[in-house]
Amino acid sequence: MTAPDTHPPRLYAPREPVFPRRVKGSFRTMKWGLMAAMLAIYYVTPWLRWDRGPVLPDQAVLVDLANRRFYFFMIEIWPHEFYFVAGLLIMAGLGLFLFTSALGRVWCGYACPQTVWTDLFITVERWIEGDRNARVRLWNQGWDARKARLRLTKWAVWLLIALATGGAWVFYFADAPTLMRELVTLQAHPVAYTTVAILTATTFFFGGFAREQICIYACPWPRIQAAMMDEDTITIGYRDWRGEPRGKHRKAEGAERLGDCIDCGACVAVCPMGIDIRNGQQLACITCGLCIDACNEVMDKIGKPRDLIGYLALSDEAAERAGKPPKSVWKHVFRPRTILYTVLWAGVGIGLVVALFLRSDLDLTISPIRNPLYVTLSDGSIRNDYDLRIRNMNNSERTFFVTLERNPSLTLTLEGRQGQLVTVAPDAMLIQRIYVTAAAGTPAARAERTPLRIWASDVASRTRVSVDTVFNGRPQ
Amino acid sequence: MSAKHDPSRQPGDPETTGHEWDGIREFNNPLPAWWLWIFYATIVWALIYTILYPAWPMLTRATPGVLGYSTRAAVAAEIERFERTNEPWFQRLVDTELAEIEADPDLNRFARSAGAAVFRAHCSQCHGAGAAGVQASGFPNLRDDDWLWGGTIEEIHLTITHGIRNETDPDARWSQMPAFGELLEREEIESLVQYVRRISAQPHDAALAEAGAELFLENCASCHGEDGEGNQALGAPTLNDAIWLYGGSEEAIRHTITYSRWGVMPAFAARLREAEIRAVAAYVHQLGGGQ
Repeated sequence: MTAPDTHPPRLYAPREPVFPRRVKGSFRTMKWGLMAAMLAIYYVTPWLRWDRGPVLPDQAVLVDLANRRFYFFMIEIWPHEFYFVAGLLIMAGLGLFLFTSALGRVWCGYACPQTVWTDLFITVERWIEGDRNARVRLWNQGWDARKARLRLTKWAVWLLIALATGGAWVFYFADAPTLMRELVTLQAHPVAYTTVAILTATTFFFGGFAREQICIYACPWPRIQAAMMDEDTITIGYRDWRGEPRGKHRKAEGAERLGDCIDCGACVAVCPMGIDIRNGQQLACITCGLCIDACNEVMDKIGKPRDLIGYLALSDEAAERAGKPPKSVWKHVFRPRTILYTVLWAGVGIGLVVALFLRSDLDLTISPIRNPLYVTLSDGSIRNDYDLRIRNMNNSERTFFVTLERNPSLTLTLEGRQGQLVTVAPDAMLIQRIYVTAAAGTPAARAERTPLRIWASDVASRTRVSVDTVFNGRPQ
Repeated sequence: MSAKHDPSRQPGDPETTGHEWDGIREFNNPLPAWWLWIFYATIVWALIYTILYPAWPMLTRATPGVLGYSTRAAVAAEIERFERTNEPWFQRLVDTELAEIEADPDLNRFARSAGAAVFRAHCSQCHGAGAAGVQASGFPNLRDDDWLWGGTIEEIHLTITHGIRNETDPDARWSQMPAFGELLEREEIESLVQYVRRISAQPHDAALAEAGAELFLENCASCHGEDGEGNQALGAPTLNDAIWLYGGSEEAIRHTITYSRWGVMPAFAARLREAEIRAVAAYVHQLGGGQ
């Protein structure tokens, strides 16, 4: 240990405000397109209609928590099929791993809601308060009428966007037109208002004020991504072997020894994270691509080749330093890790699709009554009781014929019904108590356990499913 | 040593804390100040919370909190809310003829659920949580198709309301089997045991059973019927079937004949509301043996 501290370092630092400058270029154009597409998907999806007949809701995408159904266009998921949602989440995770190991933090840079909404909020800020220099001036000056007006206008627009964001979220959980009417006429459920209020507040705060702080301090993903990326990952970087030594004074003596970087600061000025990409790979970089646009603009002006800052793989550095062409993108992307992620991702996907097409719109489960295991009847026969759950996952009422798989010892009766027909309402589950009786002295009555299969078949369509259970006898 | 005086620091290197061990320097990446403020805010929040809600332990109890919140009161309010919701259903149960309850699917679903809850609280102590009874104690199985006092929903309702052999309720149904140990010889009882074994199709001593037939007609048939078919008006069990209240072994039958049995069920008219009695009657009626 060296000499004791005379000036202890600061353990806490105030946030340095970031004023990203406007930039033009291919990445910026792509980001506008992606932003428009993703915001449109988010806001419009709950309003899409999908006809499912008279009984079921006609909202294309609906998470119906009250009735425990999830609708996605032609697909309807019941709670017992929740593995579809689990599978989709696993696919989303693996997909993220795949994209990150192949292309770096593309999720952070282009698709993450925090990035998209912050981008939108910064755009609004620029419309109202002007570009970078004007905003820096406004930040540094004292309060006056103009500053108050600009600030209030900006906050009002932000609040409207935030309200629309929080408002759109609740439409995924209830019929959108109905809920919209209720929200406006103040008749919606308090939970709806609370949800809208919370999401409005978080959107307003995260997009308007917290911005890059969320990515750097609140989000776990930047830390996890380090484990997904390696030297072959295509990511955004500064070609320091081309740019260094950097220098402003091109006409000065010794300028011929300088690299391509003229230290104009454009890449720093446009960065929404407030970092300098020339410091190398860093946790705060969300790879949004704006520094590429900014630098290319400058390189074009000074007549140097583009992509001093650009997408690159760190493993190409040696080749690029030596002036050789880098490996092709495909050679970087196709490596065992990305192939493994792709195989896993596709495997889960294929499994889900197969499961989706193989699933029946009729489902049976059975709960044997285990207290008591069996009941002895007057004539000495042995009866077992079961609760049969019949799920009619079809939007029409159906009648099912309930039978036992052939077993001469056993007979079936249904509580409260004559015969073996059960009618189940559309898109509903019915619990039917059933009784299975083994006549006195038959093998099933005397055996401790007898396997038993129960069938339910749709009288109209002949669709049938079975469920297996056991019959408990009374061993003599 | 302050970071800015660190001679080995290159331009662009992060600030260091100035700590160095064996040449390893510690970077200083300061936390944002707002993080600290949030920490202070949580402390303030916690203090306010302990003022508003029950928190600080005192000698006899915790501070109650100025909002007056208590989990007990919250549960009580919740129970009251459910009772209010259930009230129209209970009223419907009382207003509906017993025999009509099961014909109304919605009412029947409510009756079975409410009846199951009442059963667990008031009946399962004797009849068991699964309503299978306890043979060793003579608590009847309610799931089978054999009924001492009748298995229609009306008769089940009557039994629950007034009880059986219940001295506190004049409307309770009543019967008493004599203790034949004082009336018959041991051999006569033994032959009756064998006769009862015979009519219930169990292994028996044929000679003794034959001798018991006459004794049965003289002593038992008036209540249990000439063939041992029982009599629900008297609560006399059926003897010629496979179901036994106290057990069908020789010892159990011998004990029953010698000392008699005295199964008592309390009246629930004073303990339960009429609607609850109806609900539990509907529940028991639909356990598999209802008539």
